[in-house]
Amino acid sequence: MTTLSLTARVPARRYLLGAILAAWVLGHALLAGRDTLALGGAELTPLHEGANQAWDTVDDNRNSNPFFLYFFNYVRLILDESVRFVQALISQPSFGRPVPVLGWLGVVALAAAVTYIFGNIRVALLTVAGFVSFGLLGLWAESMDTLALTLTAVAYSLAVGIPLGIWAGLSGRFNRFVTPVLDFMQTMPTFVYLAPLTLFFLIGPASATIATMIYAIPPAIRITAHAIREVSPVTLEASASLGATAAQSLRQVRLPLARRTIVVGVNQTIMAALSMATIAALIDAPGLGKTVLKALQTLDIGAAFNAGLAIVIMAVVLDRATTAASRRVETRRRTGREISAFFRRVEVGGALGIAAVLGYLSYTYVWAAEFPAGADLGSYVRRAADAASLWVQDSLSGFTDALKNVITYGLLNPFESLLAGSPWWLVFAVGVSIAALVGGLRAAITAAVGLAALIGLGLWQDSMVTLASTLVATILVLALGVATGVWIGRSDRADAVLRPVLDAGQTMPAFVYLVPILGLFGPTRFTAIIAAVVFAAPVAIKLVAEGIRGVPPATVEAARSAGSSSWQLIGKVRLPMARASVALAANQGLIYVLSMVVVGGLVGAGALGYDVVAGFSQHQLRGKGLAAGLAIVVLGIVLDRVTRAAQVRTVRLGVIKED
Amino acid sequence: MKDQPVLDVRGLWKVFGPKPERAVGSTLSRQELKERTGCVAAVRDVSFAVRPGEVFVVMGLSGSGKSTLVRCLTRLIEPTAGEILFDGADIRKADERHLRELRRHRLAMVFQHFGLLPHRCVLDNVAYGLEIRGSGRAERYKRAREVLELVGLTGFENSYPDQLSGGMQQRVGLARALAVDPDLLLFDEPFSALDPLIRREMQNEVIRLHREVGKTMVFITHDLSEALKLGDRILIMRDGALVQMGTPDEVVGAPADDYVRDFVSDVPRSHVLTLRWVMRDALPEEPLDGPELDPDLVIRDAVRVVLSADRPVRVVRDGELLGVVTSAEILEMIAR
Amino acid sequence: MAIRRISVVAGAVLLLAGCGGAKVGEAPSAAPGTGAAGSAAACGTLNLAINPWVGYEANAAVIAHVAEKNFGCTVVKKDLKEEVAWQGFGTGEVDAVVENWGHDDLKKKYVEEQKTAVELGPTGNQGVIGWYVAPWMAAKYPDITNWENLNKYADLFKTSESGDKGQLLDGDPSFVTNDEALVKNLKLDYKVVFAGSEAALITAFRESEKEQKPIIGYFYDPQWFLAELKLVKINLPAYTTGCDADPAKVACDYPLYELDKIVSKKFADSGSPAFTLIKNFSWTNDDQNLVAKYISEDKMTPADAAAKWAADNEAKIKAWLPTS
Ligand SMILES: Nc1ncnc2c1ncn2[C@@H]1O[C@H](COP(=O)(O)OP(=O)(O)O)[C@@H](O)[C@H]1O
Ligand SMILES: [Mg+2]
Repeated sequence: MTTLSLTARVPARRYLLGAILAAWVLGHALLAGRDTLALGGAELTPLHEGANQAWDTVDDNRNSNPFFLYFFNYVRLILDESVRFVQALISQPSFGRPVPVLGWLGVVALAAAVTYIFGNIRVALLTVAGFVSFGLLGLWAESMDTLALTLTAVAYSLAVGIPLGIWAGLSGRFNRFVTPVLDFMQTMPTFVYLAPLTLFFLIGPASATIATMIYAIPPAIRITAHAIREVSPVTLEASASLGATAAQSLRQVRLPLARRTIVVGVNQTIMAALSMATIAALIDAPGLGKTVLKALQTLDIGAAFNAGLAIVIMAVVLDRATTAASRRVETRRRTGREISAFFRRVEVGGALGIAAVLGYLSYTYVWAAEFPAGADLGSYVRRAADAASLWVQDSLSGFTDALKNVITYGLLNPFESLLAGSPWWLVFAVGVSIAALVGGLRAAITAAVGLAALIGLGLWQDSMVTLASTLVATILVLALGVATGVWIGRSDRADAVLRPVLDAGQTMPAFVYLVPILGLFGPTRFTAIIAAVVFAAPVAIKLVAEGIRGVPPATVEAARSAGSSSWQLIGKVRLPMARASVALAANQGLIYVLSMVVVGGLVGAGALGYDVVAGFSQHQLRGKGLAAGLAIVVLGIVLDRVTRAAQVRTVRLGVIKED
Repeated sequence: MKDQPVLDVRGLWKVFGPKPERAVGSTLSRQELKERTGCVAAVRDVSFAVRPGEVFVVMGLSGSGKSTLVRCLTRLIEPTAGEILFDGADIRKADERHLRELRRHRLAMVFQHFGLLPHRCVLDNVAYGLEIRGSGRAERYKRAREVLELVGLTGFENSYPDQLSGGMQQRVGLARALAVDPDLLLFDEPFSALDPLIRREMQNEVIRLHREVGKTMVFITHDLSEALKLGDRILIMRDGALVQMGTPDEVVGAPADDYVRDFVSDVPRSHVLTLRWVMRDALPEEPLDGPELDPDLVIRDAVRVVLSADRPVRVVRDGELLGVVTSAEILEMIAR
Repeated sequence: MAIRRISVVAGAVLLLAGCGGAKVGEAPSAAPGTGAAGSAAACGTLNLAINPWVGYEANAAVIAHVAEKNFGCTVVKKDLKEEVAWQGFGTGEVDAVVENWGHDDLKKKYVEEQKTAVELGPTGNQGVIGWYVAPWMAAKYPDITNWENLNKYADLFKTSESGDKGQLLDGDPSFVTNDEALVKNLKLDYKVVFAGSEAALITAFRESEKEQKPIIGYFYDPQWFLAELKLVKINLPAYTTGCDADPAKVACDYPLYELDKIVSKKFADSGSPAFTLIKNFSWTNDDQNLVAKYISEDKMTPADAAAKWAADNEAKIKAWLPTS
């Protein structure tokens, strides 16, 4: 019964969608330029001015308000001191000595010992190589500053995030409350809250730590909650049947079973913290981010790349180390006592002993304290990067112009003119009906509320311009994701070659590649789109590849035995079966693209991205910048909810049709 | 005293869905109820009593409410209505602490999918129930080793669950339940996930354990042969309701309705029914000097004697003649 | 037991390897920043905000150089955007901003209302904001430097971003611009496109010169890039006092900015010798562009660049020092 009506409705929905789009194009042709709610770059709405005033009020009362005296100031003090303490240990001259407590040799040894104890010998060697390369690149102190900030922020993020995650895993109500807050924290562009943070916590490590935590806590909470929730109900029931209390079940069943997944959460938290620790350079966070930003001022591609490389190396080391640690949890569980407790104690003691001795050397002797300046790999890297970027700019610029024009005139301009050039009420109606059609009633309500919020924020037209670029970038990301994802999903060799490139694309701070792509495409919306694609494509590619690899070999074999060609295999078997992954890739791609809106504002995207950047820099635009940040969050939430609803629907329809 | 049941369940209901109390007492079919109220009556008005030392089997097709029923007994699922008297006291009235004490000391359960703790070795899994009730380390390990020996797992104390086969894992589950020395053991389809050969072995194991430790058991299964093999008495459920309760031969010999008849149709009746079910009164002219047999002898075991006797076999209990059996009755039974 | 033995052996090996090295604190080379203890007490710490452009960094580097060398100050540089730096005056995080472009709104708030900041006079540099083109364009189209001819050339500047109008490349986000109003009020056939960062503007002008691509855009002097490429300024209707009073009606050029120095009230009252230094500090656009070029083009560290300039300009520095 339901089967019939649903399958019958599918084509109808398609026609309806076509009709809506046609009406939109027609409306646009007749009414273009009317009621577009445009707002010039320097113009403000009363809301923006109100935000400015609120800001001033906080600023004026900082020294008298008890909330500041008894809360913010203490938080700031604790965080500042924590970061300074770690810095004193590894990166900054301290305790009246001209060098930190641990010199390079000590830090390398300690890092190796820790990764050996929690991971294995291979990651320990990787760690040594990675840490030594910081010195060779000439960035030892900067790298250690970044590490200090990251580790402190991670420690606090986990201290807050894991308990909250456990709570969210146990209580559905708390989970429902916290999820939108986390969405908000993750989509809100950093630029928007950096300046207000300094308002509350002043300039310095505290603000940087909090900015980092805002970005790094959500994965800790989400993944912990997921891990707690996913614990096998059978095991829990068995425990309850033996009379375990809730606390006993938590301690003896849930937490041990969730441990491996929680370590994955730690991994994600570290990665998020590292990426934010570089951006926090904008409010004087110490470390590599600062080197990158400085290089950007003088368009010094080599120096920016050099520091970016150090960040990538640090990301790889931290990632592999935590991954190995989570594997270790797993193997120990699976194979039982692989080694005797005695041998383990010897091993741990030995590793720590060596680290202690080397640490003592690095405390005492100059050669072990300061990284030798002679071995300078950094200048080669800088020169090579400069040369490479010059070569790319010179040899590609003809081709890049053509590409830019095709996409801009063929896709972006029509899109933008439809969205930003039509009357707002028309776009509003079209948006809500499309959401209703593809996602159902709830999606439609979300869309209506969201679009109304954009109008309320006074940034309708800017939002539509940004939306157009976002959609185009997402289309490109998805195209790239499917093409490359299928490729590396089918070929292990392609996977081995491309995966490090993808990892680097995800962790390399965007500031590093802004200058070369500016050289290629000039300050245009297309440049911003490219920056977003570089950042978002790796995720999409990985997700699609994952889906392709997940297709059961038996199905592929059956299709092949029926005489399918390679293309038929991909088009008719692999992609349809990986549908859920492709949909997820689209959704994630969209969110990642949105998180690059502000960076896009730095290279010619204009609209919301520029509003945020300008709000960060110009006193009278800060309220507007805040509103623009909120508008980005609103766009993110609406797009996310609608695509997810659509995803659920297609999957459901698909299942029913296949029945 | 001896006849007081260990467990006495009266009018038990479990309804899933919104405002479940409304559905209690309803006579609508499960399907209709679902359409009208959105509620699923997983267990409806079930009453039974389990005697001390008895193996009480609950059987039914998948979805008939067996798991829900057995979970209601220890309130892993909260019943909607009814009484569950355990040694005369209503479990439903127990407060949280009392309930926990019951679970820790007097009831234990074995699960279909084992529910072992993968991060603990076998010994710690078995000792888990003792651990949470606060036994000391030495004491609980000692007890755990005893039970492991009982279930034949000596030597595997330090293995981890995923290093064991399914059958061995379920032995661990069994040992864990036995370790707390409960008065009542509950089994929810413990062997359904196992291979047929292993399953047979485990059934024999349960029979042996029952003989050795003499625990009262409530055993859930969807497998009739398992039910017949293990059960002293069998309760058959359908769509949440009780359809028949009785000894194995009662169920096979006198099915209450078509549902049960269908169920038992494949059972070789001669393996289950006793002479009681085929004997008839002696005809006046029949000679009454044939061999004597007990009325509770299973037909299969009587076949040789009856067929080789040249006169009717007498069915005698306590010197009293209950009836006679000839090859004609036996052949008719086997042919049916 | 075994643990101890292993670590002892390992330790012995390592100690043997390590013996004979210079010890921390013995070698003078290992002790940067601890020298010049003489007058350190008088100066203490000087917290310099570093705003994110190279010209600013040149000012700060030279001031830091003199403060460290002559008064033994401990100079702490903090990389901050202007807005954030001004907030720091009140909290003691920032002592001085050594190149300020206008910012009348911030002055009003922090100097007049909160009274946490004090103006400390001009740096001697003059800020020139306006519209610029690359030199090749000025050579090829000599009359383009007059704004009245801009409409004639609008077609040249069409890009994918500006549609059928000429593109006016705007938008280092740190600078207040009136360009949208200017285009409208001067009835120019142009559209303002926001490049979004200084890096974007510079790259665009570089490309313009290299590929002979027409670009017109917002820029400013002093700026190190002008030492690489001497951009040519377009003459807009001359600035007269008050002609930019209403931002919506502006139809005149940008005013000349007297770049100046701002310090925190606390620092001003501290009597630090660095205060007098900053107060007296003054130099020319050429001076600044030279140091900025050392830093950006010649890739010297700011400290090296300042030291080099200081060595060549002792007389100028002398004039900044307290007279006593
Ligand atoms: N938590 C629940 N919520 C709603 N319905 C349930 C729930 N648990 C079981 N049911 C329903 O109750 C009925 C009986 O289930 P169950 O006791 O698991 O049957 P069995 O163990 O005999 O296979 C089924 O129709 C099932 O769908
Ligand atoms: Mg069941």
